[in-house]
Amino acid sequence: MENIILLSILVLGVTALAAAIVLYLVSRKFAVEEDDKITQIDEILPQANCGGCGKAGCHDFATACAGADEAGFAGLFCPVGGMKVMEQIASVLGFSVAAKEPTIAVLRCNGTCENAPAKIEYDGVSSCRIADRVSCGQTGCPSGCLRLGDCVKACPFGALHIDKTTGIPVVDENKCTSCGACVRACPRQLFEIRAIGKDGCRVYVACRNTQKGAVARKNCKAACIACLKCTKIHSDIKVENNLSYIPDTVSAEKFGAELAQTCPTGAIICTRCGENSHV
Amino acid sequence: MSKLKTFPMGGIHPDKYKITSESPIMDAGLPEIVYIPVKQHIGSPAKILVAKGDKVKVGTLLADADGIVSADVHSSVSGEVLKVEAVEGEFGYVEDMITIRVEGDEFEPSVDLSSDIAREIPFTAEEIIAKIRQAGIVGMGGAGYPTPVKTSIPSNKKVDTLIINGIECEPFLTADDRLMVEKAEQIVIGAKIINKILGIQNAVIAIDENKPHAVEAVSKVTKTYVGVNVQVCATKYPQGGEKQLITAITGREVPSGKLPADAGCLVQNVGTAFAIYEAVMKNKPLFERIVTVSGDACLHPANYRVRIGTPASFLIDKAGGLTPETAKVIFGGPMMGTAAFNINAPVTKLTSGILLLSEKTSRKAPENSCIRCAKCTEVCPVGLQPYLIARKVRGGNFDELRDCHVLDCIECGCCAYTCPARLPLLDYCKLAKSELKKK
Repeated sequence: MENIILLSILVLGVTALAAAIVLYLVSRKFAVEEDDKITQIDEILPQANCGGCGKAGCHDFATACAGADEAGFAGLFCPVGGMKVMEQIASVLGFSVAAKEPTIAVLRCNGTCENAPAKIEYDGVSSCRIADRVSCGQTGCPSGCLRLGDCVKACPFGALHIDKTTGIPVVDENKCTSCGACVRACPRQLFEIRAIGKDGCRVYVACRNTQKGAVARKNCKAACIACLKCTKIHSDIKVENNLSYIPDTVSAEKFGAELAQTCPTGAIICTRCGENSHV
Repeated sequence: MSKLKTFPMGGIHPDKYKITSESPIMDAGLPEIVYIPVKQHIGSPAKILVAKGDKVKVGTLLADADGIVSADVHSSVSGEVLKVEAVEGEFGYVEDMITIRVEGDEFEPSVDLSSDIAREIPFTAEEIIAKIRQAGIVGMGGAGYPTPVKTSIPSNKKVDTLIINGIECEPFLTADDRLMVEKAEQIVIGAKIINKILGIQNAVIAIDENKPHAVEAVSKVTKTYVGVNVQVCATKYPQGGEKQLITAITGREVPSGKLPADAGCLVQNVGTAFAIYEAVMKNKPLFERIVTVSGDACLHPANYRVRIGTPASFLIDKAGGLTPETAKVIFGGPMMGTAAFNINAPVTKLTSGILLLSEKTSRKAPENSCIRCAKCTEVCPVGLQPYLIARKVRGGNFDELRDCHVLDCIECGCCAYTCPARLPLLDYCKLAKSELKKK
């Protein structure tokens, strides 16, 4: 009896040892040489694997960083980690990193339940993409928010939710990493990644409707009617296709409050622009 | 009696509700204002030729076909052009439309208004195609493919069978049914005209067995026309689908991604055949069509002869108005049609019906989980696996969808109709198709 126990321990032990030797040799022979830098960078990265940088995931981004020269590295940016992470990566690689303003996603639609009341009842699939194919949405605005939350489902950081009273999604500034998942999910391209602005002060046109003013206003009180008033405040603001666009170059601290006040429909939104702003 | 022909794979038997099959076609009359969209077909929108303030007559050319795959648009009324700009269409999206205020009912002098039937076809194939093009005829079964393009078969393909589609398998709709009962001979002559274009002698008029009056009326006429035969088919949805009908009649299958001409067939709707007759023999451009106004919430269901551009609300008022029970207004049939965003949207060349459905018939039941019962696979007339497609769409796995052959989907809706879990399978298939076409 004892013999059998001893024998089995011996046989198993020898087999295990032999297998370990074989595995060791094989792992040495077929070892994949990976740049140490990739592992190091991978550890720095947030590991959200959101695809916000345009690569397939964090490891892919690390590989790209490690393989890039100084010029190539300047074109890479991890929006989730932001400057902090990029500086760390740069120190690993021995490069310097140019300062880049932090960004955030903004919703370019102010078609709330109050501004754009529902005209029809939609009882189809609860998906913006499908609703967009079937009709122009409950509000009648062909470019406005469909309120079904494809962006909420797409956000990997839980930074979006549909506000029950307004009906449209709200971006949580603390959670949004500007990865761009919402930009890709929205069938009407209503999200835009913009500079977060000094102390969160930013100004933008919350409308994408390119119809003529009178037509757009029929469906939504807060539609841009291309009245050109904002263009008189700052020459960088351009109106094209009946729609105004405020580029990031327009300083929100200086002009934000004035712009939001001047806009007759409330299509221009300025966040944290002092006491006199709309928001 | 031998077994009736039908397509072999899939299909369903929805309730027919053909409540208007006995009601004769009535003239809907003239509305005060018509909205004529410049795009009522597949292809590029027609180029607008008129401007605000212009006086037009019935049959006046309003917009000219832009390119080969496009179609002319004619005025359906006489009056004054009020505006030429974007107006809210049936889906709520704005489309370019020509708005005309109706004044009297004056026709272009070239239009032959006599009711006697012209039986001799004195034109050559080229002349016929030119006339069809000038009349702005498109496939009136619903797809709206410009007829001159469809009938011009490329020289490397050979068509030996012309099928005139009188199946009308959608519930409620009876526009084609009544047209066959009342205009049987004109449809048969229309078939002979298409025969002349194709240079063949035979045509099959396919009619579902649930339309005995149409079968009787057309059979009576075809006795005197050599080569034109009536083929009664077993009732099954979606037999009116072009590829399903070809398989049902000839036993041939149209290869994936190919055209009916690759199976040696050409299919035309009876409405199109009638329009071709009117265009070629009577010089009448396509400015009116038959529309069924029906539905379980409709007070006086009927079949109307309607001028293109008539707002749907005008027809609904004719048929008893918008009843309180109406929950949805559908343009087209209940299986493939779309719920209207705007009931003032106009009737186009493709509107076969306007349905007022009650809450009970139209409300979508709450979704449940897929239990893999494979009923959707069983009823799919193309042989797809809708549950699998839906799962891939939900997961955003669009790359794998091509292998599912979702582009062969004919959007008949059998899968969604039959699903015991009430999954919106058709919506997923349609989304998959549009996403794949984008790439």
